[in-house]
Amino acid sequence: MTPDDASVDLEEIEIDLFIEAMLRRYGYDFRDYGRASLTRRVLNLTRRFGVRNISELTAQVLHTPQRLEEVISGLSVPVSEFFRDPLTFRALKTQVFPFLASFPQITIWQAGCAHGEEVYSLAILLTEAGLYPRCRIFATDMSQQALVEARKGIVPLGDIRQASSRYLESGGGRSLSQYFHARYDLAKFDEKLIENVTFARHNLATDGVFCEAHLVLCRNVMIYFNDQLQRRALQLFAETLVRSGFLCIGDRENLHVHADVPFEHADKTLPIYRLRRAVDAP
Amino acid sequence: MITLVIGGSAGGTVALRRFLPRLSSQFDGAIIVMSHLGPGGGDLLVNGLRNICGLPVRLAMEREPVERGVIHIAPEGYHLLIEYSRRFSYSVDERVSFSRPSIDVLFASAARVYRKELVGLVLSGANADGAEGLRIIRRLGGKALVQDPREAEMQAMPLAAVSHAGCDLCAPVATLADYINNDMD
Ligand SMILES: C[S@@+](CC[C@H](N)C(=O)[O-])C[C@H]1O[C@@H](n2cnc3c(N)ncnc32)[C@H](O)[C@@H]1O
Repeated sequence: MTPDDASVDLEEIEIDLFIEAMLRRYGYDFRDYGRASLTRRVLNLTRRFGVRNISELTAQVLHTPQRLEEVISGLSVPVSEFFRDPLTFRALKTQVFPFLASFPQITIWQAGCAHGEEVYSLAILLTEAGLYPRCRIFATDMSQQALVEARKGIVPLGDIRQASSRYLESGGGRSLSQYFHARYDLAKFDEKLIENVTFARHNLATDGVFCEAHLVLCRNVMIYFNDQLQRRALQLFAETLVRSGFLCIGDRENLHVHADVPFEHADKTLPIYRLRRAVDAP
Repeated sequence: MITLVIGGSAGGTVALRRFLPRLSSQFDGAIIVMSHLGPGGGDLLVNGLRNICGLPVRLAMEREPVERGVIHIAPEGYHLLIEYSRRFSYSVDERVSFSRPSIDVLFASAARVYRKELVGLVLSGANADGAEGLRIIRRLGGKALVQDPREAEMQAMPLAAVSHAGCDLCAPVATLADYINNDMD
């Protein structure tokens, strides 16, 4: 074993201790996150905090609760975009909206909503389909800072051009510019789009069911989870969904490591699933 | 037994088409290939390589195991990492030096898992991705191969790799393939 091997092994111990500190001090549970990505983000945090190693970061975290949100935000990496994977949005519109339309009151849960890009995107399509007034939407994330940003709905104007073309690919029927006001080099999205949205903190690793929904979106969140935590999240979604309710995940996520997932593909080419059977609460 | 991670960018496809078919179909390590190709890139590369390689070529799927004797191709739009369980994981973290996927991210995570049983290879490209990853691979006891910049369509990436990480062998891809076939097991 080289000294460098030994230093990586030491880092692994330090990451375990960091995870333990986050759990015992603040109740944030990162034990079942994929280790490779988590390692990257913890190492990035050491740079952001200007400390020499993970142990120093852990000490800071333990003794400086004021900086907790910064740590969570660094670990969560709320990277998203408007109308990410437009074909999936188009499919939601053509394959899922008709199901939603059959209910007088529609409940949608967007778990891991990051800075809200996906929330505004979906709200626009729901508005155009005439469904929005009947919708109650829960947009949740474990990061408070992300939720604050999501509520603001402000994005760099530079991102709008690509967003516009993805909006059209998604089957958007107007012009994206109808939904935001540009000021200087920023675009602020219309607050009407979040009139029916409740932004709330919810942690898929530790929190439970809080609503009954017709559609759950949880895209590119479970990719950060190991199989066990992915299973927990799926169980939560299954308990949340009404009979035959829909689950939409990220375009390249894989649920098939679990033989017993209660979801079946609505369409094999799309990351859209349907609840297969009623699920008993544990 | 070794695992081979390969990074390429502009001009990388040409190099891959020359390099991969030369690998012995007896090669029993896993091969992971990442090339920056823009939207749809991973699938295109799978199709482009499938019929010319002796080893099976597949997309590296989220959560799936890294398999021996298989050429796994990284998808576009996600970072690709390797877990200690030797399975693939994806992330949509920020771009690293304007790239997602980032070769550095793949190399660094593979280096932690495979240590001295890893070989990294940097091919043609117009940026410096892979150089830092290759440095980490070497630091953890793995081997670094670089395409001879004179052969590469774009020299920047091989040059950056050699100057930042140094390497064990810098040569035309045919020579690198012979080296893997004959000197590694
Ligand atoms: C990459 S973003 C995905 C954003 C959006 N859904 C998309 O696909 O573009 C992942 C988000 O999941 C959140 N997240 C990570 N772990 C979580 C957990 N245990 N519970 C709730 N949210 C979590 C992060 O804070 C981050 O905002």
